[in-house]
Amino acid sequence: MDEAFIEKLLNRDVRAVARLLRWIDDGMEDARQTLKRLYRHTGKATVIGITGNPGAGKSTLTDQLIKRFRKRGLTVAVVAIDPSSPFSGGAILGDRIRMQDHSLDDGVFIRSFATRGHLGGLTNTTTDVVHALDAAGWDIILVETVGVGQDEVEVQRLAHTTLVVMTPGMGDEIQAIKAGILEIADVFVVNKSDRDGADRTVRELEQMLDLGRGAKPTLGEILHHGGKVDLSEQAEDKRIAPDKWVPRIIKTVALRGEGMDDLEKAMDEHMEEYKKACEDSSFVEARLKQEFVEIYRRTLLNRGWSYLMSEDHIKGIIKKMKDHSSDPYTLAEQAIEALGSKG
Amino acid sequence: MTEKRKLRILVAKPGLDGHDRGAKVVARSLRDAGMEVIYTGLHQTPEMIVSSAIQEDVDAVGLSIMSGAHMTLMPAVVKGLKEKGAEDIMVFGGGIIPDDDIPLLKEKGIDGIFTPGTSTEKIVEWIQQNVSPR
Ligand SMILES: Nc1nc2c(ncn2[C@@H]2O[C@H](COP(=O)(O)OP(=O)(O)O)[C@@H](O)[C@H]2O)c(=O)[nH]1
Ligand SMILES: [Mg+2]
Repeated sequence: MDEAFIEKLLNRDVRAVARLLRWIDDGMEDARQTLKRLYRHTGKATVIGITGNPGAGKSTLTDQLIKRFRKRGLTVAVVAIDPSSPFSGGAILGDRIRMQDHSLDDGVFIRSFATRGHLGGLTNTTTDVVHALDAAGWDIILVETVGVGQDEVEVQRLAHTTLVVMTPGMGDEIQAIKAGILEIADVFVVNKSDRDGADRTVRELEQMLDLGRGAKPTLGEILHHGGKVDLSEQAEDKRIAPDKWVPRIIKTVALRGEGMDDLEKAMDEHMEEYKKACEDSSFVEARLKQEFVEIYRRTLLNRGWSYLMSEDHIKGIIKKMKDHSSDPYTLAEQAIEALGSKG
Repeated sequence: MTEKRKLRILVAKPGLDGHDRGAKVVARSLRDAGMEVIYTGLHQTPEMIVSSAIQEDVDAVGLSIMSGAHMTLMPAVVKGLKEKGAEDIMVFGGGIIPDDDIPLLKEKGIDGIFTPGTSTEKIVEWIQQNVSPR
């Protein structure tokens, strides 16, 4: 590994960081090797997730948050994710449009990503992107999710604080999304509250939160889940968040910067609660476990694919299925065992 | 890791003219050709474009200029990229560009120039032939 490149990365060199993010996004081996070197420098940044329906105002709000953090003298990196077209695989990434005021500020770094088929609100490698930005020394990392679906819960695994952006007059939609989204919000932002119905949306959210309270498992229950390492996909998305925190609901008009004092205060309070929770070592360990499981699954899959695709292994397997000389269950087990011996 | 490289193109609209219909049409055709297009909106200065291009690690920058200011704006982007050590990012552009200006622009490092009436297929084709993931 090129020492000079690592040095540049650790010194927040924009060209180097931008390059590494490209390698990560494109799944290049160099990215993995570099991330191995960078990991020990991670853990300093505050990561904030911003999710909510398209058009709710996530990018506009992100722009406002950048302003706020810059005023406090903190550097800010933005990871803005938009969907890839399922037809062409291409994408138009337009989140930057709302953040142009910061394009000449070298304390701000904005990078757009396309989902490239990944579901869940992030890209396949957003974890790696956040590690890279964290190691490079950005104080705040804002992650704006795609905002298309109801199952965009991945971001809360990555973020310390998760904002869910809603808009007035969503009545029925609140019902529709409450299943997943309600549970991941540390702060609800009722944006566009210059429009009719903001107070009603706030009331509806309050009711929903009241109903939900007590129903979800406490952190203790999740953490001390028989002391077992749960490697299921569900475990990966389980919410590991401060127990005592009651989600705040904040009204904003992001377009005019209104409500931002309240939002900033709520976010600070949540961060304090989060830090308190980190005094419990099992809380920290549970978060690390989630982080590992996600990377482990990805590594397994990648290794598995490259094995199948190399030396025509897949062809051999199909042949044995075709002539019934073996079965796909045995073949799958054998393929996995072969991985281990490849070092 | 499994490699999957994609072309990333920044489509920008420098200068003061107020509509970006053309730029949006181009952006959509590039998307439909499987590219990732970063779109930055209206009224971009060359400095802003250079900064965005570097942060986004794009392979090429496409400039749409209808105001007639192409002779200053296009070379300014090329120069800015060079100053930041990013001269490997290609620059192409479209707009109302008189024939006489084309050789001058090419000399200044604008690699592809498209005048009004050029089909979007031509632009896509040019990118596919001249630009590759860095
Ligand atoms: N009326 C109103 N419009 C807003 C507000 N915040 C954002 N918008 C507009 O909503 C649209 C979508 O905003 P954007 O930030 O791109 O939403 P995103 O898709 O969630 O990122 C834009 O036209 C914004 O100008 C607000 O507080 N009030
Ligand atoms: Mg957005």
